[in-house]
Amino acid sequence: MKFYRSHILLGMSETSIEAGAKKIELALKSELSKRNLQDEIDVLETGPLGFFAKGVCLKVYPENVLYENVTVEDIPELVEEHFLKGRPVKRLLATTTRVEAYDFNYKERNVLENSGIIDPEDIEEYIGVGGYEAWEKALLKMKPEEIIAEVKESGLRGRGGAGFPTGLKWSFTAPIDSPEKHLVINADEGEPGTFKDRLIMEGDPHKLLEGMMIACRAFGANKGFIYIRGEYKLCIERLKHAINQCRSYGILGQDIFGSGFNLDFDIKVGAGAYVCGEETALIESLEGNRGNPRFKPPFPGVKGLWQTPTVVNNVETIANVPTIINKGAEWYKSLGVNGATGTKVYTLMGDVAMPGLTEVPMGITLRDIINKYGGGMLRGKKFKGALVGGAAGVILSDKLLDVKMDYESLKEYTAVLGSGAIMVMGEEVDMVEMLWSILRFFRHESCGKCFPCRLGTQQLYNIICKIRDGEGKEEDLESMILLSDAMVKSSFCALGQSPYMPIKSSILNFRNDFLKRIK
Amino acid sequence: MYQEIFKKYEPTKDNLIYILHDIQDNHPQQYITEEAVLSVSKYLNVPINHIYGVITFYGMFSMKARGKNIIRLCESPPCYLKGCDNIYRKLKEELNIKQNETTEDGLFTLELCACLGVCGNAPVMMINNDIYGDLTEEKVVKIIKDIKGEK
Ligand SMILES: Cc1cc2nc3c(=O)[nH]c(=O)nc-3n(C[C@H](O)[C@H](O)[C@H](O)COP(=O)(O)O)c2cc1C
Ligand code: SF4
Ligand code: FES
Repeated sequence: MKFYRSHILLGMSETSIEAGAKKIELALKSELSKRNLQDEIDVLETGPLGFFAKGVCLKVYPENVLYENVTVEDIPELVEEHFLKGRPVKRLLATTTRVEAYDFNYKERNVLENSGIIDPEDIEEYIGVGGYEAWEKALLKMKPEEIIAEVKESGLRGRGGAGFPTGLKWSFTAPIDSPEKHLVINADEGEPGTFKDRLIMEGDPHKLLEGMMIACRAFGANKGFIYIRGEYKLCIERLKHAINQCRSYGILGQDIFGSGFNLDFDIKVGAGAYVCGEETALIESLEGNRGNPRFKPPFPGVKGLWQTPTVVNNVETIANVPTIINKGAEWYKSLGVNGATGTKVYTLMGDVAMPGLTEVPMGITLRDIINKYGGGMLRGKKFKGALVGGAAGVILSDKLLDVKMDYESLKEYTAVLGSGAIMVMGEEVDMVEMLWSILRFFRHESCGKCFPCRLGTQQLYNIICKIRDGEGKEEDLESMILLSDAMVKSSFCALGQSPYMPIKSSILNFRNDFLKRIK
Repeated sequence: MYQEIFKKYEPTKDNLIYILHDIQDNHPQQYITEEAVLSVSKYLNVPINHIYGVITFYGMFSMKARGKNIIRLCESPPCYLKGCDNIYRKLKEELNIKQNETTEDGLFTLELCACLGVCGNAPVMMINNDIYGDLTEEKVVKIIKDIKGEK
């Protein structure tokens, strides 16, 4: 290995590429060779750096300097000043809050521990930081039952929205005697405001693959699929590449590590339908059908893909597994609180100073997430509310800023953690507008299979339009709650049950916004 | 004429969606023709009505000829909060078309879509395979100009 004096990490994600990251990489490399520094300074592509500065960011090690908003024009000066003369370019340095949030962000990471640090396109780098050790341990030193027991003990719960205990899910499928079983990774990520799975896959695709391997071993599947939404081009590319690397290293394939265990993965691409995130609709889509949900039971764990026992898990859920196997359930449980163990990846957006993602132990308060990781409110705005859990989530008021973010604590306030999307709203946001936008979303995404949802989402949209146009009556608010509650009771899948939460919480917490439009 | 594409996929129904993606991406007007549906039906031995059903279900497929550049603007709540409606208005004005229409020169089609998973940079749109975030009205005008320039 070559020895470099400094490493420049350049976060490559869909957004930084849009901001010109590729051009900057080229400019950096050519400027470095012009100055004959190419053997001293290394430029590394890495995954998303984990927060959204405006523009392209560079992190320089070992100096630990963070630059933001770098443009191609800045490169000559940057190379001359920093790398030739050793003087960081002040004008491009990231603000202190951003640096703090960045450092803070990396302290407590688990799922994202390598993201933004290693090159996601190089399996050697993943192996270099201890990657695939957990897979080797699970395959050669543990019995499948022991893997399941460890994951059960860790308390890991599904991160796709419903929070179902992962070990328990596997334990239903494990004992079934079937010639074929499947693991399907749900990477459809359609919940508005959620982009954590994208960043996990872009930043550290091998982490997901390693978790998948361990899961397959645990409940006895020889084939895994990743169902990924068609819009996530970079993820698709990186995962394909990562799977090929695993095959050529013998980490996937026949008789892996001489264990006699065979395993292979494949990527399947969606085509733009939110309902396909629902596990049975996803299976229908995988089979080449319209993504209409199936009747449960039988659950996919018993009869899923092509009628075989199939476990469907979210990307983030599975990305937690390698660390649990490596460090043990006890360590995992030491993070988090209250029946919610481990860490959670949140995506933060809206009226915060630094939108982006962060991974923190379960049970941190909303206030801390906004202030410590999000850099506080945007331009000092006053906090009005936050939509937590995406369109299917709840709108919390400032009274709940200090509630701990975990399954149980939120349940007390009939709120949900959902996918971990947090959309922060400043004082001037009108909740009528927000609810209108949410209901427009559901009206569009209802798959039309069952009438309560097909007609209900349209009717809810009609009512909110009426209110928005100033023609509503106060009774309309109650009608929306009643109607959406009836949909909870009668809809075929969870999509039709989803409008209730945002409707109820916005009317309850921000009734005045609605009344203003009515009178 | 679709043999090149078919060669890449086993003739099983679960490949339907990928074949359709492939056919659509390879058509200069980015859509799936009736003729294509017939060929796929033969190749996979799947009824035509099933294929129509699938095409109409998924937002990314179209059976109408579209432009060279497909603009998909996100209208989900986080983008709405950041003013995607103004961006939409500007796009319509700039291109002089409405939702799902194509400009006369065949360069642009304007579509609305749900969350693209880039909400940290709302408002967001995709043009073909590229993401454009932190949109402002000025930025949108420039993006359109740039694309027109490089045709
Ligand atoms: C309408 C709808 C959309 C969903 N979208 C997703 C999604 O995008 N990603 C996801 O992981 N789970 C989604 N889910 C939840 C899945 O049905 C399922 O519970 C989850 O993938 C299970 O994985 P987990 O146990 O690891 O969380 C959705 C559910 C519904 C009803
Ligand atoms: S609840 Fe809605 S999305 Fe679910 S099956 Fe019924 S119509 Fe389809
Ligand atoms: S809400 Fe527009 S990209 Fe997510």
